[in-house]
Amino acid sequence: MIADFLEFDFLRHTFFTGLLIGLIAPLLGAFIVVRRLSLIADALSHVTLAGIAFGLFLEKKVLGAIITPFYSGLTFSVIGSIFIEKLRTVYKDYQELAIPIILSGGVGLSVIFISLANGFNTDIFNYLFGSASAISQKDFFTIIVISIIILFSIGLFYKELMTLSFDEEHATVSGIHSKRIHLLFIVLTALVIAASIRIVGVLLVSALMTLPVAASMRLARGFKQMIILSIIFGEAAVITGLISGYYLSMPPGGTIVVVSIIILLLSISVKRFNFKRGELEK
Amino acid sequence: MSKPIITMSNINYAYDNKKVLKDINFEVPRGSFMGLIGPNGGGKTTLIKLIVRLLKPDNGSIQLFGEAIEKYHKWNKIGFVSQKSNSFNKGFPATVFEVVSMGLTAKIGYFKFLTKKHKNKVLHAIDQVGMLDYAYQNIGNLSGGQQQRVFISRALVSDPELLILDEPTVGVDYENVKRFYELLHELNEKRDITLLLVTHDTGTMTEHATDIVCLNQTLHFHGKPEEYTSLSEAELSRFYGHPVNVITHDH
Repeated sequence: MIADFLEFDFLRHTFFTGLLIGLIAPLLGAFIVVRRLSLIADALSHVTLAGIAFGLFLEKKVLGAIITPFYSGLTFSVIGSIFIEKLRTVYKDYQELAIPIILSGGVGLSVIFISLANGFNTDIFNYLFGSASAISQKDFFTIIVISIIILFSIGLFYKELMTLSFDEEHATVSGIHSKRIHLLFIVLTALVIAASIRIVGVLLVSALMTLPVAASMRLARGFKQMIILSIIFGEAAVITGLISGYYLSMPPGGTIVVVSIIILLLSISVKRFNFKRGELEK
Repeated sequence: MSKPIITMSNINYAYDNKKVLKDINFEVPRGSFMGLIGPNGGGKTTLIKLIVRLLKPDNGSIQLFGEAIEKYHKWNKIGFVSQKSNSFNKGFPATVFEVVSMGLTAKIGYFKFLTKKHKNKVLHAIDQVGMLDYAYQNIGNLSGGQQQRVFISRALVSDPELLILDEPTVGVDYENVKRFYELLHELNEKRDITLLLVTHDTGTMTEHATDIVCLNQTLHFHGKPEEYTSLSEAELSRFYGHPVNVITHDH
């Protein structure tokens, strides 16, 4: 079954892109979930959609557009992330307020650009729900670069990110530059979202960042173990989702999320089973 | 005599228009075990937050280890266990080892990793608070008293010279409070760590501290525990702004 994916160029790009996002999405998702910022991924994915719509509009209406939807989405996502950070400092006591502001802003802009580009078409549908055949070679290389940046940054700032996520006050008092680390983190999130959207789609990208983490959280002992398990679950979901989506002619976003939910349900029942067994042994 | 570890001069602080601290002047001498007591809303936590730079005073100056706080940067010399440690995110899946290692993050510095030496240090700090058996348990599964020990261990791992604890025994049962104070004495006497402990539990404090400071917007008392306990009810009532019944603790 996997043979098709390795034989055809466009599928091979999709497959390896899938492997990369199955790694970086849950990796960053682990930090997002423990910081209770799961909805930020949603807000940013909608801003990315606005960027993509803007890119599609340019492609259609302005001849010889230099910027493809992927790059305009990426740019919007990063700008949106910086904007969220700003809003969170303005509304210190209502940090979650930044999320609906950015989310509705993203949807509003998307609608405007989509209608300017003469309404919905298959391109937009692919961006909303993901597509297995949409990765160009250029996109693929950009995603490789993004993945390297993510892995490098998380590796380098792992202890600072973990310390900040666990207890922000303690981190600040001990002399960590929380604001800078925070900004770095949110920009990385924006990059991951922009990279993942081609395959999982705008509406489901946050699922790939949070569901594997939700599943591993119940089983892992310690933060590092949780991250490793999340990545394993993320990869399992992406590989099964991509292949089944391709053979069933369904957008991979849907199949990847369904597989993630199955993994989540399994992890909940495994935990319950272990718990019951433990009770009996007592 | 060596320089005091903390010097506060003419400190004023107000939240919006509500004055919380008025003309505070005090010093924490090296090697002391200072108990900061006072009624709720008297500004104890605010004072601590000024020292660890979570808040900035409206006026006045603070010196840490003889250096102005604005220029001070050796924050690893100061261990801080906040009141909030009692209500941290319990769902965070970190092991005791991971939590304590976070106490080294700033000291190790950017672009550097936890080495074998650091790991041994972390284990040693966990051992110091008697939690070695739980080193690889998730922090969320421990009791309140055990968690408190872990947070002290996190503060100790960077070898601080000053340890600041804000209401550390809230929600900890009596037996563990006793063990906790034994630990503090050991740190104070054997490791020469200066302690600044905030509490509303006046009775226990007068038993353990070497110096007592009583704060209710202004400093009402600064002296030895014996002097504090010999104060009359009338004098105490003046400090607290309402009548006080002295309850003797005879555990």
